[in-house]
Amino acid sequence: MADPLFGAMLQSVIDGASDKAAELARLALAKGLDPLEAVNRGFAVGITFAGDAFGCGQMFLPDLLASAEAMKAAINILEPEMLKRGSQRETLGKVVLGTARGDIHDIGKNLVATILSASGFQIFDLGTSVTPEQFVAKAEEVGADIVGVSALLTTTMAGQKAVIEALDRKGLRPRVKAIIGGAAVTSKWAAEIGADGYSRNAVDALELAKKLLNKGRVST
Amino acid sequence: MRPRIQLLSPELIGRILRESFELLMSPGIRVGSAVVELLRAAGVGVHDGVAQIPEALAQQCLASAPREFYLHNRQGEKAVHYGGDDVHFDPGSCCVQMLDPDTLEARPSETRDLVCIVQITEMLPQFAAQSTAVVCNDVPSAIGDLYRLFVVLQHSDKPVVTGSFSAAGLQGMIDLLAADSGSPDKLRQKPRAIFDVCPSPPLNWSEFGSHNLLDLARAGVPAEIVAMPLAGGTAPVTLAGSVTQHAAEVLAGITLHQLAGPGSPVVWGGAPAIFDMRTGGAPMGAVETAMLNMACAEVGKHLGLPTHGYLVATDSKFVDAQAGAESARSATLGALAGINMISGAGMLESLACFSVEKLVIDAESIASACRLARGIEVRSDDTLATAMFAQTGLSGEFLKLKETRALFRREQYLPSALIDRSARGSEPPNDLLTRARTRVAELVTKYQKPTLPEEVLRRFHAIINCEEDRGADGISGGTQHLVD
Repeated sequence: MADPLFGAMLQSVIDGASDKAAELARLALAKGLDPLEAVNRGFAVGITFAGDAFGCGQMFLPDLLASAEAMKAAINILEPEMLKRGSQRETLGKVVLGTARGDIHDIGKNLVATILSASGFQIFDLGTSVTPEQFVAKAEEVGADIVGVSALLTTTMAGQKAVIEALDRKGLRPRVKAIIGGAAVTSKWAAEIGADGYSRNAVDALELAKKLLNKGRVST
Repeated sequence: MRPRIQLLSPELIGRILRESFELLMSPGIRVGSAVVELLRAAGVGVHDGVAQIPEALAQQCLASAPREFYLHNRQGEKAVHYGGDDVHFDPGSCCVQMLDPDTLEARPSETRDLVCIVQITEMLPQFAAQSTAVVCNDVPSAIGDLYRLFVVLQHSDKPVVTGSFSAAGLQGMIDLLAADSGSPDKLRQKPRAIFDVCPSPPLNWSEFGSHNLLDLARAGVPAEIVAMPLAGGTAPVTLAGSVTQHAAEVLAGITLHQLAGPGSPVVWGGAPAIFDMRTGGAPMGAVETAMLNMACAEVGKHLGLPTHGYLVATDSKFVDAQAGAESARSATLGALAGINMISGAGMLESLACFSVEKLVIDAESIASACRLARGIEVRSDDTLATAMFAQTGLSGEFLKLKETRALFRREQYLPSALIDRSARGSEPPNDLLTRARTRVAELVTKYQKPTLPEEVLRRFHAIINCEEDRGADGISGGTQHLVD
């Protein structure tokens, strides 16, 4: 039976109300609700809605980020109980992210990290100006499913190619998928350097990641 | 600080007004027979249909004209403020041609076109008012003006900028509005529509125009005087000279209007343009046309009157770069001039043809112009940036700040998908016309027709039928089927 709390939970995420989301998470625990259900039937529904609303232009980046923050606030409270119950939220996949060597522009990469994380991916964020070797080492260490390389500048886009080549040299692909993004990046460039995918924005990146790992909806 | 553009120095405005008052006396103003008695009673000499209006009388009539007034929506709420520097936009009127959305050819406009224009205008907040934008060529011409208003009132809650095609046509339209408001008194108290009334350049208040002014003043329904000197054609070639002629024509109109109904609302409006020396046309997209509109409004503002202008139109025949450039430029200039009502959006081909695709594009230009006119605002009492930096440090995480989320909608105009700012995807990008068509379809789909009381509808139909029976061309046959 659907608990009326679920509706309030998803609304708190849509509203980007972190305090409210945290309060509802605590209430769920106090009522003895299954924390995993609270996520899957409450908060996560909200983040999916927010992603869709952003995709069709009804929500904007600050709204989407606030939704992701609200999601994070709820998860932080529910996580210890999930661990205790051994009912951890199933991760959709492990994603190593960073900006290409020489590129310190990270707004886009951070957005992708926030949205993917809120949607259930496990994110390993290497930060800015990451070398191909650092990408490969992290991917091997955590058993990454996806490596995402962001580049804003046409001059640093070559770094995306270098990461893909490094992954190939280590024989990590095709098991590890390589995705790229950034203002100057196009699908043509992605094809040229043999990337597994490219997206124009953070919400599209979520769809792309799901598609590559065969998780859930695929946008058409 | 609100950004403004002014083209006239106070000294020049003084000269313009001095000469315009001189023009009222010599060569004087040609007037229709309907107003001769009224003028003579006020001590004005009228000889051979030409009135010599003394400055003192014109000044007295200026003094009785209201400094501001409102148009109301169907619900009776104030929706358009004529006065001060408030800026509003409405679609242009009145075309006889429509750019066919499918063939992109100009064809006679019909009722379905007007309905579509009204639906889109209703959905777009950029338009504070509707206009009776096109002639419905599928109804008898004798009731053409009345029928346009009937269609708009049926499909909209917004105020309406309209006008009649003849001296006789006005009363039916006022009756229609009174039926909409509930009674002639209610219409007077909370007018929903304003009527454009045009003198004929140079310095001629024709039988039709002067008759309309009198009837509107007596009914207490707002009149918008739309004087349209063509610089170099029907007016002096200099912009300053045309502004002077414009002032004389509007001053004469206000005099007739206020003599008939002192205190009745009236607007210092116009559709001035330059005269194109190649084509002999009136290029509405020319920058000098925009300058004339701005300068004429400036004179009106100097006198403390509500203002109107005719901008956001183009001379191009297509929804193309010329159309976008000319319309966006004049929308911007009009907004910065603080003109109260700016008509013309959606118009192509120097006001000969209407396009709904252009209308939705113009709406984006209008929104940007209004954003510009709002200027750079200071939001917080404490700091401009340092308080936000106190939270972010050097992390650069401004997107996550509460302030960002609270203020971005106010700081930025958020355009519809018509304005393409997205990164290149794998699909080929759509051109502007394609995006405009998508936007039109989206707005028409979301539009909901207002529900009018049965009694009001019944009275509408009675008025239409009565006027149709009076129609001179004798074409009968119900018009009711044309609009559901």
